[in-house]
Amino acid sequence: MFKVLYMKNKAEINTEIKKGDKALLKIDDISLSFVQYTSGLRQTELKVISKLSMEAYSGEILAVVGSSGSGKSLLAHAILGILPSNAKLEGKMEYNGQKLTQEKKEEIRGKEIALIPQSTTYLDPLMRISNQVIGSVEEKNEGLMKKTQREIFQKYNLKPAVDRMFPHELSGGMTRRVLVSTALMGSAKLIIADEPTPGLDENTLNETLSYFKDMVNKGCAVILITHDIKAALKISDKIAIFYAGTILEVANVEDFKNNGENLRHPYTRALWNALPQNKFQAIKGHQPMQDEIIDGCIFYERCSKKKDLCSKGIPQLKKVNGGMVRCNNVS
Amino acid sequence: MYLKGEDISFGYEKKNRILNHVNLSLGSGELLGLIGDSGSGKSTLGGILSGYINNYQGSVSMDGKKIPSKGYNPVQLVFQHPEKAVNPRWKMKDILNEGHAVSQDILDSFGIKKSWLNRWPNELSGGELQRFALARALSPKTKFLIADEITTMVDAITQAQIWDIVLDIVEELNIGVLVVSHEKKLIDKLCHDVVFLDDINNV
Repeated sequence: MFKVLYMKNKAEINTEIKKGDKALLKIDDISLSFVQYTSGLRQTELKVISKLSMEAYSGEILAVVGSSGSGKSLLAHAILGILPSNAKLEGKMEYNGQKLTQEKKEEIRGKEIALIPQSTTYLDPLMRISNQVIGSVEEKNEGLMKKTQREIFQKYNLKPAVDRMFPHELSGGMTRRVLVSTALMGSAKLIIADEPTPGLDENTLNETLSYFKDMVNKGCAVILITHDIKAALKISDKIAIFYAGTILEVANVEDFKNNGENLRHPYTRALWNALPQNKFQAIKGHQPMQDEIIDGCIFYERCSKKKDLCSKGIPQLKKVNGGMVRCNNVS
Repeated sequence: MYLKGEDISFGYEKKNRILNHVNLSLGSGELLGLIGDSGSGKSTLGGILSGYINNYQGSVSMDGKKIPSKGYNPVQLVFQHPEKAVNPRWKMKDILNEGHAVSQDILDSFGIKKSWLNRWPNELSGGELQRFALARALSPKTKFLIADEITTMVDAITQAQIWDIVLDIVEELNIGVLVVSHEKKLIDKLCHDVVFLDDINNV
């Protein structure tokens, strides 16, 4: 009997660390809109995310790639339940097989789900570094927390003197490491990193990216929100292509090669071919603005393969070659 | 015509110089890449060349003459974050025409739509704002452009679009461009020549 229990435990641990077959976080057709006042008491609804689906697995890095200002950060805020009060969120989210309601989000955020914020201004300027890193988790045992914090700092090459510093005394790279440490203090299973890399040079970039690899090796699921497809390709397992408030394709990293013939969506292919190391080729047009209402496929205007069908209704999400895509031209 | 920075030294603090005896020369119509790690002083050098930072040592000259501090500056600087380079309380049309009346040709080549002109800055995306910032800087009187990480924050397609347009315009107007970036691949694609700041900086 003892042995059976032991086996069961081991099996459980294994599924936690190895890539699970069940998604840790499952997002199904969510839409997000903001209610705004236009003139007087007249209200309009501004849709910023529409019909977005994705899944994050333990032991995997999922990169969400899209241009700045396209609403990627709002996705992170929706998962954590920190949206402003005029936001309206529809659709289903599941965490670890359970429905992720606002109450559930409030319960597990900071514990099981951690956010690594985009800006280095998220640190409290009047608080010493070690206090804020420890303060980000529940007060159970301060001595133990202090020890853990020191160990994590040591690992990231932050000297003991850093503990007592204030945020303005840190360099950009150090601040980044401190923010990463806050996510590791707790026992987070899902880590959402919001634009952790802009403006970093090659060395600091690689260093930051290696932290995420560390987390994944510990069995976490990482969602890396970025506009830098090059950085995403370096470390991710899967790449979700975010365009005008929705995800057009989820591709495996191996699909990004040659002329992008393995990619499923024409936008992804265009994005790949626009990289300086590839063809540096631009396609015409702009991402639709948030207040433009589009009936059909959101990429319709710019697509070279559009058909009549594409202007009528959003294409169904299809599973193709181990990835997902919303395009009528793919079967 | 040449834009020259000679023997330039600068430090934000007295003890800590980040630029030390730097020399740099940029010719009309030339595309010169400037690469360096973050914090190495790329943007500072760009700021000095364009007259944005004044309290440096050394000299900046255009064809041997000092650049006048009054009137339109022939050396224009465009930043990484366009949203920080526009007045949030001005409409886009006022922002656009702040330095000179931008010609319809330039608006067309940047694909700036009429309907954007009546918007506020926060109603446009970063890529769109950057087009405004560039159109505003590329007047017929502009001789040199310092492009400080101008496409770092946009997606790859917008990056290719923006550079496509800028390359056309600077060729037509014979403008020299200093392309400041940390992305070697981009510089390789764009520039005739490339300088590593570490090689010319004697700190």
